Formats: sequence, C-alpha cells, structure tokens
Amino acid sequence: MTAPPLAGTAKTEPSAATRGRSAVLAAGLLAALGLLVLVALLSVALGARSVPLSTVLTAFTAPDGSSDHTVIRELRVPRTILGLGVGAALGLAGALMQSLTRNPLADPGLLGINQGAALGATIAIGLLGLTNPAVYVWFAFAGAALASALAYALGSAARSGASPVRLALAGVALGMVFTAVSSAILRMDSQAFDRMRFWLTGSLAAQTSDVIIRLVPFMAVGIALGLLLAKPLNALALGEEAGRALGVAVGRTRVLTAVAVTLLCGAATAGAGPLWFVGLAVPHAVRAVVGPDQRWLLPYAAVLAPVLLLGADIVGRVIATPGEVQVGIMCAVVGAPVFILLARRRRLAAL
Amino acid sequence: MARLTGSDLTLAYEQRVVASSLNVEIPDESFTVIIGPNACGKSTLLRALARMLRPKTGAVHLDGSVITSLPSKEVARRLGLLPQTSIVPDGITVADLVARGRYPHQRLMRQWSKADEVAVASAMAATDVTSLSERIVDELSGGQRQRVWLAMALAQETPILLLDEPTTYLDISHQIEVLDLCADLHEQGRTMVAVLHDLNQACRYATHLIVMRDGVLVAEGEPAAVMTPDLVEQVFDLRCEIIADPQSGTPLIVPEARRRARTPVAH
Repeated sequence: MTAPPLAGTAKTEPSAATRGRSAVLAAGLLAALGLLVLVALLSVALGARSVPLSTVLTAFTAPDGSSDHTVIRELRVPRTILGLGVGAALGLAGALMQSLTRNPLADPGLLGINQGAALGATIAIGLLGLTNPAVYVWFAFAGAALASALAYALGSAARSGASPVRLALAGVALGMVFTAVSSAILRMDSQAFDRMRFWLTGSLAAQTSDVIIRLVPFMAVGIALGLLLAKPLNALALGEEAGRALGVAVGRTRVLTAVAVTLLCGAATAGAGPLWFVGLAVPHAVRAVVGPDQRWLLPYAAVLAPVLLLGADIVGRVIATPGEVQVGIMCAVVGAPVFILLARRRRLAAL
Repeated sequence: MARLTGSDLTLAYEQRVVASSLNVEIPDESFTVIIGPNACGKSTLLRALARMLRPKTGAVHLDGSVITSLPSKEVARRLGLLPQTSIVPDGITVADLVARGRYPHQRLMRQWSKADEVAVASAMAATDVTSLSERIVDELSGGQRQRVWLAMALAQETPILLLDEPTTYLDISHQIEVLDLCADLHEQGRTMVAVLHDLNQACRYATHLIVMRDGVLVAEGEPAAVMTPDLVEQVFDLRCEIIADPQSGTPLIVPEARRRARTPVAH
C-alpha cells in the first residue's frame, strides 16, 4: 500500500531556515499572548477612574468592598472578559471567512452574518421591546444562524455547488437586505432607535456578567472548532480540486467553518453590537506578517484581535473622561491608520 | 484485476453527457497516457478516476472498492492527483507548499512527524527543488513551479499518481524536464496516469496509451502497437506518416505537408 521509495538519498533534517521560522513564529505568538495579558490588565486598571495595578491585584486577593474594588470586580472585569471574547471571536471569524471565501477583503459582514445578528437584536429590542440582554442574545444568534444558512443555501443553489464567489455574492446581497430591514424598523419607531443607539455603534459597556457567562460557551466552542479547521483549510487553500485530491471533505469543511463563524459572530454581535473593523483588519494584518499558514494565522488573529479591541476600548475610556467613546468608533479610529500603513508597506496579500 | 478501473461509466457535467458506457483499466505500474482531440473527454475521464467527478452511472474502483465509498483521506493515501489548475497561496514558500501534501497522513491533533519530514525532504530531492525550499512559490518560473507542485503530490506518497496536462503552459525544455521526472517516478514503481496533448511525447513516455474521441475509448495498448496513420486520421482528422523516433525508436507522428506549395511572393 505504500509508495515506492524515492530515488536519491534525501537529507531528512528540516532546513535550518524552516525550523528557525517556526521558532520565531512560536515566540511571536507567546509575545502576543503576553501583550494580551498586559492590555487586559490595563483594561481593568484604566478608565474614567484609574486604579493602580496593586489595587487591581488586591481586588482579587483581598476584596475590601471599597468603591475601587467594586468598580473593578463588577464593571471592569466583566467588560474586559467581554472584550477578550468578542475580540478573539471576531478576529478568528474574520480569518476563517477570508480563508473560506479566498477573499482577502472578507469579514464576518461578508456573509451577512453580522447583519443577521444585528437584525435579530433589532427585532428583539426595537420591535418586541425586550430589554434583558440574556433574552435578546438568542435573537442575535437566530439572526446570525439564519443569515449563514440562507447565504449557504443561496450560494450553493447552482448545480455545481457552493463556490467562494457565489457565497460572497449571496452574503453581500443578504447583508444589504438585513440592514435595510433593520433600518426600516429603527426609522419607524424613534423610541426603538433610542434604545438601540448604544448597541448599534458597538460597545463593551452594556453587558452584565450573567449575560457574558451565557456567551462564553458559544465563543469557546466556536474558537475551538475554528482552530481545529486550520489543516483542512490549509489544504483547501490550494484550490477545490487540489484540496479534494488531498482528502479534504470539502463540503463538511465549508459547513463546519460556517458553523464556527456563526457561533463566533452571533456571540460577539449579541455581546457588543456590530463591530465591523476588527474582523477585517486584524486577520489581514496578521497574514502580511506570519504568512498564509492557517495553523499560525488563526491563533495569531484570535490573540491579536482582542489586543486591538481592548486597546481601542481603553483609549475610548481615557480620552473622553468622564464619559467615553464607544469601542466601535475607537476601533476604526485606532485601527485604520495601522491598517493603511500596512497596506502601503506591502501589497495586500491575495489569497 | 488492476488497482484502478472504471466500469460502465457515464460521465456528464450537469446535463451534458461527455462519455457513456466507458470501460477503462489502468494497468498496474504502467505509465498510462490518455490522448485525444480537444473535448474528447480525456480530462473528464481522469477527473472521474480521481473521484473529482461522480459518474452518472457505473463506478470507479480502487483496489476493488467503489472509490466514492472509501473515506476521502484513505483514497488520498493511495491515489494522488495534480489538477490542471491549482491556487498558490500568496507568500507561501516551496517547503510549506510541499508540506501540504502530507495532509492525508495527518490526524486532527497529531503534530508534524518524522515520517512527514522524510517524505517532504525526499519529494523535494526527487524533483530537485531542495535548493528552492525557502523561496516564495509565486516568484518561481513556470517549470520550477510545476516541479514544486509535483513535489507536493509526491509528498502525499501515493502508489498511483494522476496528472492532468502537467506540461501545459511550459516551454519545450520544461515539458521534457517534467516528463523525464514522471518517467523516473514510474521507473521507481509508481503507476502514473497523465493526460497529454503532444502525441510524440505521449508515444515516447507512455507504456500504455488510451486513445479517446467523442467520449469513446478508440484504442489502447502499447504506443508502438496502437499508433498507426489510420488511427491518427480517425481520431484527429489528421493525415500523417509515422516513423521511428530517431532518439527513442517510439512512433513519431509527422503530419502530412500541405498539398500545394505556397506560391512564392514576387518582389
């Protein structure tokens, strides 16, 4: 059953360069994790009322019920955890989408998934007047799931099956319809618009810890599933036929990727509103640095996206003290210059 | 019974039937070349043999099992395919691209193993791309790039390797280079199946020819036995003379010259 041996004695040691690059990438990922921990700590410490890091630590080791400790434990920590989860979810979802659709400009908005989640939340908050996030989270999920199912059904309606281009076209069209319906609902009812205004810009401040606890399992499953898809997505990146020839179950890989993206985007959008920039820019920037190997790209995107999101959230809190600028706005403000710099420095990596 | 066979195949894209009642057997350890005019169904047949196209009727069998009933990774450990068009991920290095050929040998959580390492290094040595291993694939010449794709397929370590027009888009020296490499791989014991356009190259390299026209298998067998002027006329509508290739002794097709010599242009 095995292939005959190849002629010629090949050197069996990996080249020093290959081994060196893996070591550099692994070290880089560790450094990125370190950066994430640092940003998370800053996110707990900084804000309208800044707290020294030592107080942050004692808030956990020896809570004394002081107002500083209460702020940290009941506001800043949940907010930071939400930012970590939402950031990782969006970064990973964006990277998965770019790989699945072979489109460097893909983001979770491309399949209409974010718009679907936003429509679900709009119906729940605006139309039905639901105020409990623990309830309207499910509407956002339903919207996200409906969007990805519809995009997949429309995109694969042709006899030759789903192609990346058809998926993207179906997703863009659906996204526009969802956005139009959401707008119509909001325009018809000014009270709904008021309730939704905060959520629609994208904010990490609006959620309580019991909502966050509900979202975490979805994010965790989505992240684990997404990271496990690195190898088949790598093989599929060589083209559909090459991927199938290598033994990739193409349909299953596409469906599982869509499931992971739906879980990640549904949870992220339910938790923080529609955030557009992170899912597009972070995987793109990461690809320019670590290259096209999904086994590195996916974890890097999942670690660095929350760095951007929490960083933007911190800046938004600090610059507008005692108020704050919402993270959806700050992400674009902070991220866009970085993105433009990267785009100027080297051509955007095509897929 | 050969390892790879197709019986009673009806091959179609959507409603357009390309071939019907096709029976084909790939002799084990042969270098089989499929030839025929454009749109005769030769690439379609290759794609069906590689399970890229599900036959409307009939079945392709690999080692006695219907190929589509076997797990995809299982098939990929026995049968490799170099498709006509593949995508080079932007910025990928030669070593990384070749390493992706190891996919069917990997499990969900298993890390890169010694066997993977050896397979990749051997595949790169056999195709003479070891010195290119850290280069970006996009920046290579067409001939080098085709050798890298071959290395990727070799890293898959399959006893059967199918190649869909592996020489298209290459200049003549790179065509010969790729075909020589295929002949080497065949001599080491692999079953090679290729779709080729050039009849003389097909005759020179094939141990077994499959000649197709309009979805029908017109002739098959050793090139010297199969290739006759009548067959070429029947299949390609081309009148020709066949002589022995002065280098290899295999059939060499010489198309008939135009009947009327061109009238010299007066100046």
